[in-house]
Amino acid sequence: MPANRFNGFTEYGIGIGLRAPHYNHILTRKPVCDWFEIISENFMIDGGRPLRILDEILEQYKVVQHGVSMYFGSAEKANREHLRRLKELVKRTKTPWLSDHLCWGSVDGRYTHDLLPMPYTLEAAKLTAQKVREVRDFLEVPVAVENVSSYAEFHVSEMSEWEFLNEVVERADCGILLDVNNIYVSSQNHSFNPLDYVNSVPAERVAQIHIAGHSKYRKYILDTHDHPVIDPVWKLYERAIQRVGHTATLLEWDDSIPSFDEVHDEALKANKFLSSTLLATAV
Amino acid sequence: MKLAALQRTMARAVMQPLTQAERMQSTAPGGKSMRGYAARFIKPNERLTSFERLEIYNRQYWFRLLSSMIEDFPGLRAVLGDRRFEAMSKAYLVDCPSQSFTLRNLGGRLEGWLRKHPKWAAARQQLAIDITRLEWADIEAFDGAAKPALRPEELAAEAGAELRLQLQPYVRLLDLHYPVDDLLLEVRKQDEDTDFASNAFQEKHKRKRVQAVAKLKAAEIFLAVHRMDDSVYFRRIERGEFQILRALGQGEPLGKAIEVAFRKSRGLVEERPGTVRQWFQNWAALGWFCGPAA
Repeated sequence: MPANRFNGFTEYGIGIGLRAPHYNHILTRKPVCDWFEIISENFMIDGGRPLRILDEILEQYKVVQHGVSMYFGSAEKANREHLRRLKELVKRTKTPWLSDHLCWGSVDGRYTHDLLPMPYTLEAAKLTAQKVREVRDFLEVPVAVENVSSYAEFHVSEMSEWEFLNEVVERADCGILLDVNNIYVSSQNHSFNPLDYVNSVPAERVAQIHIAGHSKYRKYILDTHDHPVIDPVWKLYERAIQRVGHTATLLEWDDSIPSFDEVHDEALKANKFLSSTLLATAV
Repeated sequence: MKLAALQRTMARAVMQPLTQAERMQSTAPGGKSMRGYAARFIKPNERLTSFERLEIYNRQYWFRLLSSMIEDFPGLRAVLGDRRFEAMSKAYLVDCPSQSFTLRNLGGRLEGWLRKHPKWAAARQQLAIDITRLEWADIEAFDGAAKPALRPEELAAEAGAELRLQLQPYVRLLDLHYPVDDLLLEVRKQDEDTDFASNAFQEKHKRKRVQAVAKLKAAEIFLAVHRMDDSVYFRRIERGEFQILRALGQGEPLGKAIEVAFRKSRGLVEERPGTVRQWFQNWAALGWFCGPAA
C-alpha cells in the first residue's frame, strides 16, 4: 500500500513543507530530508527568485506539489489559467503525485482564498469527483484529495464527512491525502470519534499523510499549523499507519515557523510509529 | 438547497465586511437578520450557534485578505495611516474582490480603483497613486518573466532606425510626481527594524514614518523598476531614457523612439548621440532588452 498508483508508486519517507524562512538553511547546509512539499501557487509564476530557489531545491531533493486553490468542490468550472500554470509547474517539478483539498472556495469567479467545507450530498460528491477527474486528465499526474478542517456543518448534508470522502474518491478513482490533524480538529468541532473516520478511509487509496499542530480556543479548534503535533493527533497517525502502512508523511508548519531543525525534528517523531509498523509487519 | 446556491449564499456572507469590533455584521446581505440567514443553511452545535460558526469563516476571510494588503502595500499604508489604510482596503476589496487563484494579484486593480475614489487619500491623492504604482510594479518585477537578454555586442550589431526592441517583461517604467522610491525604502527599513521591537520602539518608528511622509516634497522623477540577481531595484532614469524605453516598450522602432525622446529637448544637439549611446550601453549591460520584436 505505501507505494501505490495514487502516489506514482513511490516510497517517500518523512518530509516537511518548504517554506521561505528555511530557504537559506536548506541551500547552504543541505540538510538530509526525505522530501519537501511545496505550495504550488507560490511557484505558479513567470520568473524570479522563487523559481530559481525551486530549481536549486529540485537538483538535490524530492519535491511534491500541494495546492490550496483548485477548489475541487466549487460548483463553477476549473479556472483554465490556473490549470495551464499548474501544468507548467508539474512539468518543472516532475511531481509524482499532486494534492489539493476536498473543499470549495470560489463562486462566480470570486475567490475567498479559504478552504470552505463541503455539504456532504450526493450532488456535491458527483460534481467534485467529475472535477477531480478533469484536473487529473489535464495534468496527467495522479491526484490525491485532502480532507480539510472545518468549523461548520450544513443542514443539507446527507452523510458523514468520511462517507462523503469515500464517495468522491471512489467516483473519481483518485488518491487520498489523509490529514490526521484535520480529522482531529473537525472531530472536536463537530463531536465525532476521529477513529471512526480513520478506520473508514479506504487504506489502499491513501497516497500521503499530513500531520500538523493547531490552536485551541474556548469553543472550537482552529487549524493554524503553528504548533507541534499533539499526542491525540499522533495517536490518530499511529492508527492510520497501522491501516495504510509506511506511507509518505509530511509535517505542515506555516505560521510562527521555528528553525528548520526544530520543524524537521518534529516531523521525524513520526519515525517512532513508522518503525513499529515495519516491525509488526516483519513479525 | 443545491450546491451552487449554497455556495453563493455562504460566500456572500463570508465576503461581507466585519464590524468595527471585527465581528460578523448582524445584518445579512439583502438586509435581513444574519442570525436567520446563517440558520437557513448552517447547523448549530452545543457550543456554537449557526451565526457563530459562519462568523469564523467571515473573520478568517477578512483577516487573511487584509494581511495580504498590508504585506503588499506598506508604503501606501504609511501615506494613509494605519486606520485609513484598513478602511480603504475593506472598501477596495468589497468593490474588487479577488478574481485570481493567487493572493499575489489582490492589489492589481488598486491604482485604478484609487483614481476613481479620491476621498481615501484626499489631499495626498497623487502621492497615494504614485506609491501604489511603485508597490505594484515591485510585485510584477519580482516574479515577472525573464527572456534571454540581448548582449551589448548583439545590440550594436542589430542597431538601425527600424529596429524594434523588446523590453524584459520584468522591467516596469514609471513617471511619478513624488520621490516615492525613497519613501518606500525608508518605510521598509523601519518595518525591518520594528519586526522584533518593543511596543514603545514600534510607536517611535510609526511617528518616524508619519514624518517621512509629511516631509516628502513633490518632485517629478522617472523610475525603471527592474530585477537583477533575483532582487528588485528602483533605478532613477532621466526623462529622455524614460521616453525612449516607453516608446520601445510600445513597439516603436528605434529611430522613432529616439525622435520622441528629443522632440522637446533643449539640450545640445551635438551631445545627443553620445548620450543615447551611453544609455543603450547601460540598458544592455543591465539585460533590459530581450531581442528584436517579431
